Amino acid sequence: MTLLSIRDLTVHHGQLRAVDALSLEVRQGEVLAIIGANGAGKSTLLRALAGLILPTSGTIGFAGRDITRLPAHRRVSAGIALVPEGRRLFRSLTVEENLLAGGYRRRPGPWTLGAVQALFPWMAERRGQNAAQLSGGEQQAVAIGRALLANPDLLLIDELSLGLAPVIVRRIYEALPEIVGAGTTALIVEQDVSQAMRVADRVHCLLEGRSVLHGRPGDLTAEQVEHAYFGLDARPAGQEGHD
Amino acid sequence: MGWLNAVVQGILLGGLYALFATGLSLMFGVMRIVNLAHGDLAVVASFLALALVGGTGLPLWVVLVVTVPLFALLGYLTQRVLLQRSLAAGPLATLLVTFGLSIVLQNVLLEIFSADTRTLDGGAFATGSFELSGAISVGYLSLTTFVLAGAVLIGIQLFLSRTGLGRMLRASSDDAETARLMGADSRHVYGIATAIAFATVALAGLMFAIRSSFDPSIGPSRLIFAFEAVVIGGLGSLWGTLLGGMVLGITQSLSAQADPALTLLAGHLVFLAVLAFRPQGLLAGRTA
Repeated sequence: MTLLSIRDLTVHHGQLRAVDALSLEVRQGEVLAIIGANGAGKSTLLRALAGLILPTSGTIGFAGRDITRLPAHRRVSAGIALVPEGRRLFRSLTVEENLLAGGYRRRPGPWTLGAVQALFPWMAERRGQNAAQLSGGEQQAVAIGRALLANPDLLLIDELSLGLAPVIVRRIYEALPEIVGAGTTALIVEQDVSQAMRVADRVHCLLEGRSVLHGRPGDLTAEQVEHAYFGLDARPAGQEGHD
Repeated sequence: MGWLNAVVQGILLGGLYALFATGLSLMFGVMRIVNLAHGDLAVVASFLALALVGGTGLPLWVVLVVTVPLFALLGYLTQRVLLQRSLAAGPLATLLVTFGLSIVLQNVLLEIFSADTRTLDGGAFATGSFELSGAISVGYLSLTTFVLAGAVLIGIQLFLSRTGLGRMLRASSDDAETARLMGADSRHVYGIATAIAFATVALAGLMFAIRSSFDPSIGPSRLIFAFEAVVIGGLGSLWGTLLGGMVLGITQSLSAQADPALTLLAGHLVFLAVLAFRPQGLLAGRTA
């Protein structure tokens, strides 16, 4: 079943056409990874899905409903939560208060404060600590926990690995199967291609705002991905490179 | 022994300053709005109470109970209708809007009530006092004001730290865009912050009115006290505002003991000294 369906979506970031007539679908219960170089339009796409930027044209359908013009705060109730790039924790709030802020809308679902603390056990002991005092990896985990407390049907994660050591990133990604197992669909944006290929059911590679390659990680060769990622003028088998 | 009494009076006065400054601090903390009409709103509350007492003959405490929630409602509407529009246009626009509001309020008051100086008659309660010891006497009004201010500040602190909406107020203060990602409608959150600010400023305005005389143009000179309490204490911290109010109150009270003409000047000088040597305020940090 299709949970999210994007049709001909064009989003401008200032003057720049960051997402260019993009169409893609996310199925219920899968992990879809969007990869691509800096400036490929990945983050702009997620911000448009979360409602922080209004698209120029095209539609976003979510759970059978058109949400293209729905304001950001109402998308949380609809079932979309974004883990923003750079984590963006509330720095004057404690770890626990940050998590609770995620549950502001009280959307029912499996994720409670206790469930998140079971997923990341250190959070219970350090609940009273100020969020600004955490390490980057810990902040990322809190940002994910905060989004989970919104009990989303669709979890959007923007650049999870940015600025984190690979070992930390791997540890955070280890929580992903449990999250998806609880019934959440995940759309992740990732610059670290090998990490994305490891965790995703399907990947889309974005180049200049368009999807130039998509498929299951097992069906794509390293060469195809490399060409799509850097926009080399080659014709990878299976999928036409753009232009 | 007169000095000790001056300190006690200063602390009590400081409570009122803190109550008065809380709304200014809250509106700046959550929305980055510098409300230049803050002082005038307190004066509007004073005149409203005066009109209600004169018009209906209700006792003062009933008027107080009516005015404060009315101002909270007024605050919510002001934010949603007037300030929210200007927020999108940047900080200068909000400054101009509140400045304009200040002038409009002063002139409306002048039109309705004339330029005469008024007082709100608190009766025996306002002038009575009891002796704490031989040299220290505490006015019932001052003490009530202080206790009320303390209760209100504790109430706001509990609201901000214990409730979901209060947490969202603090979260919006940190990062408004991310607060929207949590499902917070920023217009509603801002409306609540302004409602609290208006309610506290109304309460402070009523206390000022019972304590001393007022006229339609006194708002801006009252506003200075609020600014000073906020800056001395440290921007964005509720306890800092309380401390700032106390420091200002004690300074004024002590200098009045030395020479009554120095009262206001001494407060301003302490404010300038804090700005010069500790611009982040006595209690730095943003806890509220």
